[in-house]
Amino acid sequence: MSASVLILGARSDIARACAHRYAREGYHVRLAARDPDSLEAEATDIALRYNVQATVHGFDALESESFAGFVDALPELPDVVLSAVGYMGEQEESQSDPQAAAEVIRSNFEGPALILGLLAERFESRGHGVIIGISSVAGDRGRASNYVYGAAKAGFTAFLSGLRNRFSRSDLQVITVKPGFVATRMTEGMDLNPRLTAQPEAVAQAIWRAQARRRNVIYVKPVWGLVMAIICHLPEFAFKRTRF
Amino acid sequence: MQLSGWGRFPRVDTRLSSPRDERALAALIAEGPLIARGMGRAYGDSALAAHTVDMGRFNKMIGFDAASGQLVAEAGVTLGEVIAAFLPRGWFLSVTPGTQFVSLGGAIAADVHGKNHHSEGSFGTFVDWIDLMGGDGQVQRCSREENADLFHWTLGGMGLTGVILRAAIRLKPVESAYIRQRTIAAPDLDAALEAFEATYSATYSMAWIDCAATGAKLGHSIVMTGEHATRAELTPARRFHPYRTPAHGNLRVPFDFPGFALNPTSVRLFNEVYYRSNARKPELSTSAYGPFFYPLDSIRDWNRIYGRKGFMQFQCVVPLEAHAEGLRAILQAITRSGAGSFLAVLKRMGPQDSRLSFPMAGYTLALDFPMHQRSLDLLPELDRITLDHGGRFYLAKDSRMSAQTLRETDPRWAEFTTMRRDSGLAGRFASAQSERLGL
Repeated sequence: MSASVLILGARSDIARACAHRYAREGYHVRLAARDPDSLEAEATDIALRYNVQATVHGFDALESESFAGFVDALPELPDVVLSAVGYMGEQEESQSDPQAAAEVIRSNFEGPALILGLLAERFESRGHGVIIGISSVAGDRGRASNYVYGAAKAGFTAFLSGLRNRFSRSDLQVITVKPGFVATRMTEGMDLNPRLTAQPEAVAQAIWRAQARRRNVIYVKPVWGLVMAIICHLPEFAFKRTRF
Repeated sequence: MQLSGWGRFPRVDTRLSSPRDERALAALIAEGPLIARGMGRAYGDSALAAHTVDMGRFNKMIGFDAASGQLVAEAGVTLGEVIAAFLPRGWFLSVTPGTQFVSLGGAIAADVHGKNHHSEGSFGTFVDWIDLMGGDGQVQRCSREENADLFHWTLGGMGLTGVILRAAIRLKPVESAYIRQRTIAAPDLDAALEAFEATYSATYSMAWIDCAATGAKLGHSIVMTGEHATRAELTPARRFHPYRTPAHGNLRVPFDFPGFALNPTSVRLFNEVYYRSNARKPELSTSAYGPFFYPLDSIRDWNRIYGRKGFMQFQCVVPLEAHAEGLRAILQAITRSGAGSFLAVLKRMGPQDSRLSFPMAGYTLALDFPMHQRSLDLLPELDRITLDHGGRFYLAKDSRMSAQTLRETDPRWAEFTTMRRDSGLAGRFASAQSERLGL
């Protein structure tokens, strides 16, 4: 029987690229998002191209009480789960409106962490599984321009790190992905440095390779490792004056 | 931004839009004239305009019927993607051009042909229907039964009848991913033409022709024919995985060659070496589909060998009866000019009855010329020879023909222009090419 991958937040460009990448390797694909009907065409395309099963499932990252039922309703407990759930919001709105900030924090931290935590439990009792979380370089250090989003991603990064530590002696694999800039619907129209910007397909390829090579934390473009190392090591008195 | 076709000439200032769905596309059409673009493999300015619409996001496969081989897919799906998906299940394209990096929409708009034109027809022969977005943003299904007029104007209509959104095409069942190939060295043009007539019953045929050869060697060629290999014809090892082929090379031209790299001497040398190495090959061989159909696809960005200035393609078809004389006159004009085409392809075409499509019963010759004054002087002469012999031109390759030449060689476009004007399409869909040619 073929392995299967569950993709949460499947409407994002990175998620779609990952769905294609795994399907190309023969994985059955379970696409989950809030509005599953909008994913039907994508699922049909994947099934036709790669001759695998591709199904769609309703999933709302903000409704944590529905998570257990969601997992039980899947055709099988997947071999791989990838969370591409995320919502950047507007920093200014997040600063001034606690409700808006709560939505950003819940979408990027609470929801993804809880569903992956729940799947981790199931994977542990089965004995194997791969957990992939798409976090962000924004979570490496809080910046004025997006610290609400960044703080939520920092929480998610810490959660994944904890899972990895917990399962280090078992057959569970946990991968943290920090993509850097990616040319997606979310960043369309932004003025991004092309040398720091990856295509969604490159992100998917990096994730596939990270799984095959049992990597822990990856940046998609290696240059981001350097950039973030510098940013993280700036002393706070200097960092607090920066503007970027 | 600046955009060009595969020949990298001309470059046009364009606004490039990439709509994500039909609603966004309809809104763009309402703004004013535009042209849809797929993979940008038309050589000249067919898919260039002041406003160019990239169809890359309309790239989903929609359905496949394994009983009839009918595939429904969006216009941005490439032929290579169709092969990657369906060859492992025993299906191949009914017609394929010389590159798999073309979109379905582009293949229909140019009504492309392949090595099997003489035996099976053009790409349009295997198109069952097309969903076309018109100037009002409405989508019409066009087929031989429904909106038949629009269907026939769209095959070969160069994207000027609307934006092709989806289409149904028929694939052909094959037993393997391999081709039984026959290679015939033809010492001169007459021998090449004879070889084509003698192999007319072959499914696939084409010839590489040496444009640098002169005198008694004028038109010396390597004629290749092919049949899909049955499983029984494969070696026992391959029979195990008949649809699996060794990786087709993946070289890349990393930079623009300097302008002097391709000169008459290097072209002559390359062609001589190519002829001799092929003439020594065994007559019968088995080739994977990649090297047989898409020899140049293994070198990404091969258009960069012509340098920054780019190059022009010239492709004409000369009808039977006049063909031998016409081809000889063209080859003589080329050798006289010293322009020398690096890559030249000769192919027998079969009869075709269609509104706008390029093919007709006769011989087609496709030539590459670097962007150079010598070439610019030569090409009008080749136009004239083609015209004198009753031939016509392939718009997917054209970047510089005059409106008058098109009118004189191909009166069918006049009716098309009238239709476009009367139905309001002219104000909605236009390319740099349609404006140059007055379509």
